[in-house]
Amino acid sequence: MELEIFRYLPEQDSAPTFQTYEVPFHGEWVVLDAINYIKEEIDGTLSYRWSCRMGVCGSCGMMVNGVPKLTCAVFLKDYYPGKIRVEPLDGFPVERDLIFGMDDFIEKLKSVKPWIIRKEGEEKPIEEGEYLQTPRQLVEYMPYSMCINCMLCYAACPVYAIDTTFLGPAAIALGQRYNMDSRDQGRDQRQEVIASHEGIWQCTFVGECSAVCPKDVDPAGAIQRAKVASTIDYFKELLLPWGKKN
Amino acid sequence: MSVRHDVVIVGGGGAGLRAAIAIAEINPSLSVALVSKVYPMRSHTVAAEGGAAAVIKDNDSLEDHFRDTVGGSDWLADQDAVELFVNEAPAELIQLEHWGCPWSREPDGTVAVRPFGGMKIERTWFASDKTGFHMLHALYQTSLKYSPIASYDESFATKILVEDGRCQGVSALDLQTGRVETIIANAVILCTGGAGRVFPFTTNGAIKTGDGMAMAYRAGVALKDMEFIQYHPTGLPGTGILITEASRGEGGILVNKDGYRYLQDYDLGTPLQVTDPEHPVKKSMELGPRDRLSQAFVKELEQGRTIPGPHGDVVHLDIRHLGEKKIDKKLPFVRELARNYARIDPVYEPIPVRPVIHYIMGGVDTDTDGATSLPGLFAAGEVACVSINGANRLGSNSLTELLVFGARAGRAAAIFAAQNPNPDVEAVEKQGADEQERIARDFIRKEGGTERIATLRREMNETMESGAGIYRSEQGLSETCDTLMELRQRFSNLLIEDRSLTFNTELTSALELDFMLDVALTIGRSALARTESRGSHQRTDHPDRDDENFLKHSLAFRTDDGLRTDYKDVVITKWPPEERVYGRQTSRADTH
Repeated sequence: MELEIFRYLPEQDSAPTFQTYEVPFHGEWVVLDAINYIKEEIDGTLSYRWSCRMGVCGSCGMMVNGVPKLTCAVFLKDYYPGKIRVEPLDGFPVERDLIFGMDDFIEKLKSVKPWIIRKEGEEKPIEEGEYLQTPRQLVEYMPYSMCINCMLCYAACPVYAIDTTFLGPAAIALGQRYNMDSRDQGRDQRQEVIASHEGIWQCTFVGECSAVCPKDVDPAGAIQRAKVASTIDYFKELLLPWGKKN
Repeated sequence: MSVRHDVVIVGGGGAGLRAAIAIAEINPSLSVALVSKVYPMRSHTVAAEGGAAAVIKDNDSLEDHFRDTVGGSDWLADQDAVELFVNEAPAELIQLEHWGCPWSREPDGTVAVRPFGGMKIERTWFASDKTGFHMLHALYQTSLKYSPIASYDESFATKILVEDGRCQGVSALDLQTGRVETIIANAVILCTGGAGRVFPFTTNGAIKTGDGMAMAYRAGVALKDMEFIQYHPTGLPGTGILITEASRGEGGILVNKDGYRYLQDYDLGTPLQVTDPEHPVKKSMELGPRDRLSQAFVKELEQGRTIPGPHGDVVHLDIRHLGEKKIDKKLPFVRELARNYARIDPVYEPIPVRPVIHYIMGGVDTDTDGATSLPGLFAAGEVACVSINGANRLGSNSLTELLVFGARAGRAAAIFAAQNPNPDVEAVEKQGADEQERIARDFIRKEGGTERIATLRREMNETMESGAGIYRSEQGLSETCDTLMELRQRFSNLLIEDRSLTFNTELTSALELDFMLDVALTIGRSALARTESRGSHQRTDHPDRDDENFLKHSLAFRTDDGLRTDYKDVVITKWPPEERVYGRQTSRADTH
């Protein structure tokens, strides 16, 4: 079957082109297998990222027939006998061929402080063992901790497409992941970023991010919950100016 | 072109991140370069599923973890290292808990543990069945808060730079720009992981090409115990995707084409009914060690009792009796993987599995601080061989290992870097320039080759599987070594099509193949020289363990005349070798 692949080499191309390759059809092949076949047997110059080929490292996200997908998790037979068009994920600068720039996300991830924050003097010494956390407390944040940083949600996000200052689905979900962790005391510090103009309030709640997420993280739900929590903060501050929050 | 740091860590997986954090905590004035050929969260630690072992419960003891590990290693582990490892393991896992790792919990909020192969008692901490993924992301996200850690993401280290008998930096190809940068440092820690990709059928991701092992070897450091390669007994046919041992820890069983639990025929104990409350019995049957289970598969295959399939014969891993609720709670990833890649739902059907290359026990020879024989060079994680794993690693010891020894190597490198602050910048820069020229001359500008990378890689994979697989012989290993030498010759005639400096993944594939050919030869030659059978190294022509001659670590050195094999004694502190027993009592009353 035919794969039509986005090609772009910044040193020599003024604009991207599409190149069509003929690959054998195997019912059990994922799209990534076909791309690997092209690289190994037909054209060694094709560049793309991949590693685990089991849907957990998050490297191989691409647009497949216009939809953000992990190419190790979609099968040729889902498209056969039609043509498959493969492009780099939407919304990011293209570095070369199917490789896009990730730096913006790394900075955004860092900005939500994705680590456990304890109040001064409230850190438990290692010798005193683990923080207790019941299965119910674990379930509160566990779905958001499943994010593999594959960037499909950014590629699907209509807000990020027109304004890359938007913090975006995965970074917000990961901020929420720590906010909702019973061991964490850092929500106030994250609010500066999450509840800012570039944070949750830009989201128009289209829900495309949750629809394309291969790990059912539901970033749209995370954003909704963050909005509700921030609104409660706002009213608390408005109605209880003399008191302490929460 | 050069940059300067106090410590360079090569590899951003679990060991590298743990080392980086250890340095930032022990000495925040040191600047740390974290050089990784992929973004750190893509590292292969991400694929580990089942869990990480450490003694935490009252019914467990450090002594038991020690004995399980030493027995599991077929007495090839160094007992001083194992003792230190089991002692430090609990604090490391608690530290990960404090850093946010979502360990699965008991109803009272304490961490939960599950049984694992070769372990006398349940001591494996787990985060559902994505333990490595959660550990890696917790470590990566935590590392972001330490400002002394500078990230060199998508930067491919190609050479260790040695000047005046001391490691003083690395050369690294920046994938985005194609520049070969010289990263000068007072100390270097290799944390590049394993080398599963030298074999054709492996759980390992595409990036596991033994880079750090080959770089150390080329710098004159010994690779230790390279003949010990772990086959995991339960990989999906075709893809090699791992189905975690936790599926057996939770009660899954292995059956042959007759539905018979064949492990009982291989001195692994007597099966209990799956409905028996005592099932699964620890250190017995399906909870035996990986080497013995993988070997049993080959014997079943030879007896014609396996199940033919399009990607070779399989046996069945049956977890149906656990029920949908337990499978979704404890093994959701197993269900997801089986549905996606084997097209079966393990709630209703058994999973087809066969042994698959999973882990290399051998690696860069280090002491318990991760230090190598080359001053300033350290190694930790799968790339290293301390050794706590000996001839066979127990499942769930490796995630703990990368924490314990990642942290130890980080602290030792920090001390070394502070004591040795003045690298010879000029000389190291000169070496870096030479390395840049080598890569340009031998690869990017190379003209006229005819051999495709994929062809040579495939032939290397095939010869490793045929000669250096689960059962080996002198003849098969000799043929494999000869083929590898031929492939090394043919490598000089490599065809290079891509001249670009931007994300030239043909170049990185060529460099990886170059590394793998070195690593493969150390495996083949070390296996050829070890004329005994121990743990994962089984010689059909030398079927018995030979403690008199081979209670020793093998050391593979690169010399101008080729590979030289040497040996050094195993450290035995308190438990001399005896029979390795699973599923039955030994004559000694105090053993288990």
